[in-house]
Amino acid sequence: MSTPRTWILVAILLLLAAVPPIAAALAQPFYLDLLRRVMIFAIAATSLNLILGYGGMVSFGHAAYFGIGAYAVGVLSHHGIDNGWLQWGLAIGVSALVAAAIGSVSVRTSGIYFIMITLAFTQMLYYLGISIAEYGGDDGMRLKVRSQFSGLIDLDDPASFYYLVLAILALFLYLSRRLVNSRFGRVLQAIRSNEARTRAMGISPYPYRLAAFIIAGAMCGLAGALLVNHTAYLTPEFMNWTRSGELMFMVILGGIATTAGPLLGAAGLLLLEDGLQGWSVLPKWVHEHWQLYLGVILVLVVLYARRGLAGLLPGGENE
Amino acid sequence: MRKTTITILAGLVAAAFVAAPASAQQKVRIGFISTFSGPQGVIGEDMKNSVELALDHLKRKVGGLDTEIFYGDDQVKPDVGKQVAEEMLKKNNVDFVSGVIWSNVMLAVAPTVTAAGKFMIGTNAGPNQLAGADCNELFFSTSWQNDQTPEAMGKYMQDAGIQDVYLIAPNYAAGKDMLTGFKRYFKGKIVDEVYTRLGQTDYQAELSQLRSKNPKAVFVFLPGGMGIQFLKQYSQAGLRGQFPLYSVYTVDELSIPAVKHAALGQLETRYWSQDLKNEANQKFVGDYRKKYGGKTPSFYGAQSYDGIMLIDSGVRAVKGNLADKKGMIAAMRKADFKSTRGKFTFNNNQFPIENFYLLKAVAGPTPNSDPVMEIQKTVFTAHKDSYAKDCKMKW
Amino acid sequence: MNFVLIAEQTLNGLQLGVMLFLLAAGLTLVFGIMNLVNLAHGALYMVGAYLTTYFYQATGSFVLGVVLGLAGSLLVGVVTELVALRTLYERDHLDHVLATFGLILIFNELIVMIWGRAAIYSSIPDYLSGHVDLAGGLHYPVYRLLIIGVGLLVALLLWLVVARTRLGMLIRAGASNRAMVAALGVDIRLLYTIVFGCGAALAGLAGLLAGPIYSVQPGMGELILIQVFVVIVIGGIGSIRGAFLGALIVGMVDTLGRAFLKPILATVVSPTAAETAGPALASMLIYLLMAAVLAFRPAGLFPARGT
Repeated sequence: MSTPRTWILVAILLLLAAVPPIAAALAQPFYLDLLRRVMIFAIAATSLNLILGYGGMVSFGHAAYFGIGAYAVGVLSHHGIDNGWLQWGLAIGVSALVAAAIGSVSVRTSGIYFIMITLAFTQMLYYLGISIAEYGGDDGMRLKVRSQFSGLIDLDDPASFYYLVLAILALFLYLSRRLVNSRFGRVLQAIRSNEARTRAMGISPYPYRLAAFIIAGAMCGLAGALLVNHTAYLTPEFMNWTRSGELMFMVILGGIATTAGPLLGAAGLLLLEDGLQGWSVLPKWVHEHWQLYLGVILVLVVLYARRGLAGLLPGGENE
Repeated sequence: MRKTTITILAGLVAAAFVAAPASAQQKVRIGFISTFSGPQGVIGEDMKNSVELALDHLKRKVGGLDTEIFYGDDQVKPDVGKQVAEEMLKKNNVDFVSGVIWSNVMLAVAPTVTAAGKFMIGTNAGPNQLAGADCNELFFSTSWQNDQTPEAMGKYMQDAGIQDVYLIAPNYAAGKDMLTGFKRYFKGKIVDEVYTRLGQTDYQAELSQLRSKNPKAVFVFLPGGMGIQFLKQYSQAGLRGQFPLYSVYTVDELSIPAVKHAALGQLETRYWSQDLKNEANQKFVGDYRKKYGGKTPSFYGAQSYDGIMLIDSGVRAVKGNLADKKGMIAAMRKADFKSTRGKFTFNNNQFPIENFYLLKAVAGPTPNSDPVMEIQKTVFTAHKDSYAKDCKMKW
Repeated sequence: MNFVLIAEQTLNGLQLGVMLFLLAAGLTLVFGIMNLVNLAHGALYMVGAYLTTYFYQATGSFVLGVVLGLAGSLLVGVVTELVALRTLYERDHLDHVLATFGLILIFNELIVMIWGRAAIYSSIPDYLSGHVDLAGGLHYPVYRLLIIGVGLLVALLLWLVVARTRLGMLIRAGASNRAMVAALGVDIRLLYTIVFGCGAALAGLAGLLAGPIYSVQPGMGELILIQVFVVIVIGGIGSIRGAFLGALIVGMVDTLGRAFLKPILATVVSPTAAETAGPALASMLIYLLMAAVLAFRPAGLFPARGT
């Protein structure tokens, strides 16, 4: 457990923990919001990494759970239920249920077929979301009141909310690590690297894959609940395949099947997007055509940083 | 090698933190949110051009104060728009946020801005919530309420006694709102109401259906690329001569260059037109053409231009004392500025009360130039939106 | 519901299908032979549309525009393959996804930098813009018939090349067993470049045919890309026959669904329910179709074993 990489990851988390007081001291509250958003996407990316990185299941429909988690909170709030325990519990529960349903069908396929079928399901959910006028259709819904936790924590306080997200991120990173290194995780990785041999050993891949799929879906559902509280707004667009694509890019950019990867990838992509558009150090022609430079950076990372951003970190032979 | 990389990266991150100091001089800071990437970026471009022109006309001083303007790209996503707004509020310390094309982005951005105690000047999207129950004294619109434009078309077609109308709109909230607004004033016979897929490129199937139903007129709402595609295919299918085509937000100065003569004869309703004869508009359109290579501005631009002028009138009235919010609200309510639409009055919900005209795409001045939109008649005079009664503000 | 309308919608479905086939053929070849997931295929479609539109307007001749546009797409494809994609073949699919996504951003923004963000004007030449009277009072645009014709011709040509020529044999062999083909001494890198170039040319052809009737704007490829992926999955990866039949099926289902789903629904449920459910269902239809196909035939309808 105590590889150099682990220490670097711990250092990053400690650095993140130091942001609220630093931001307050420098009177730059915006960075709190920015990094909180990064962390929420990092949580979603961590959940995707479980099935994509370790499980080899390239799901192009992971954003569906983002949306389901967000809508669970939003719909309950719309009907007057602001209890956070209930909302978030439902977010995780419904995501797990839907993941079980979608997974039971999709996990039987593999490769490009798995990609497309997960994509299909998420698109169907997206179009469904657009057509339900009661919950705003594609206009979406405002979250008027944030999830209430009976005085335990006030999500309206930016710093408290920030620390909650950080705590959940740290927890999920730890859980993910434990899961991957457990027997379950090892079987999952074995299935990814050589399915035929795993079958020959008498292990059926299907229940392992499905279990991983459900766990990942539930985790992402929680990320969705966090996101809707962060933006105080939700739209079916949370479930669009392009969002799934963004999550995938974060995982790949960060380095698949690494613990630090999802966090680095989420930070990398989101901070790059924000930075290329607004960082005053860069010239105007970069701001105007920022997508070009983002594209170039992505291609360069793929070509030259073979193991992703996490691959640039020292250590990691044991990952 | 790896250690150096990390050190450099850490250094850059630290530099980013300190690169944006909070300035304390008496300046006006305005944030403008629109879409600048992707195909809809063409609208954002028009709005930005108009904002820049407005600032030029004010000699870069809004209300007499030095002005800093920040542009943000919402990428057509409400959560990105909200993040951009928060960046403008918290990092750039703007006093005003303006812009926003899309209703769903507006519904995420406007409450964020007003909750922070700053002004939101909407220069396009006019969702009914913000015109009705969720109206706010810090929210002003220089455009319209979404339903008003199709209401005008509905009234025109009702008054003209047109029957057997075929309706087409994309299957999303704005599409449904447009047809609802149309039907509020149009009471004649509707042959069919068709909802297409958002982002659809090929309309052959819908055109074949349309032809088989043989309506007397067709009314569509197909913004952006969808409109361009529909218009081209409608024209190519030879339907132009057969069924008169009416629309809203489908044909404008931004899409005409892409369809050219396929737009000829198109009828739309709008609160503004480039040929509207008042001093401010003639100056706006004329100078826009001069500054931007002969291009004609669109209504998106006219609204954004008016937004800056509105802010200017507010700041001028309180003599630059940006802390006097009540004073600015009172001043802006008076709308004491020269608007590109002529006389400008606000309703109690701080949405404009304005005329709506029937516009037609006619041939341009020279044989090779693109069609231009010209006013044919006035449909509504001093039209109020249908949601003002739900707004509790009275002044 | 009259037969002329049904016939017309069938032709529409055929035309949409043919358009999808041109795009799907290139994509499925590249994926099947080179095992490369190319998200930037839509960008090549866009390049074809832009180049042809530009050359048509610059030279005044549609034919010249088509020739130059096609040549340009081929060139852009080959250059992209040599510069950016060569090193990716041995890499994971996921790396392909990220790299080609980066390429999409680059292509889109380059187009913006050259031609601006607004859609550019494209038109059908006058001699192609008329209508033809087919049997039974069916009035169909000449240009759309041309698209059907070109598409069928290309399908025939591709089938001939793949089934009857040495190159085609190599392509089929490569789709089944790449390592063996390389071991047999074939210059696999040259084969790959040729295949990719052909794929790019096909995408460019689809683009130049689409240009006059669709909107030529940055990002136009992404709008149609997802339908193309659905086509090759339904048809079966690596198979031209699969791409052709899959494209026709998707084109038909989508068109007929949009046209007739609501009226059909209205006979079983109330008109207002059909009003809301109809369009929503029509949008989801091709995805439902794909899920259904994959449930029964997980490798697609006509997988590459022996096309």
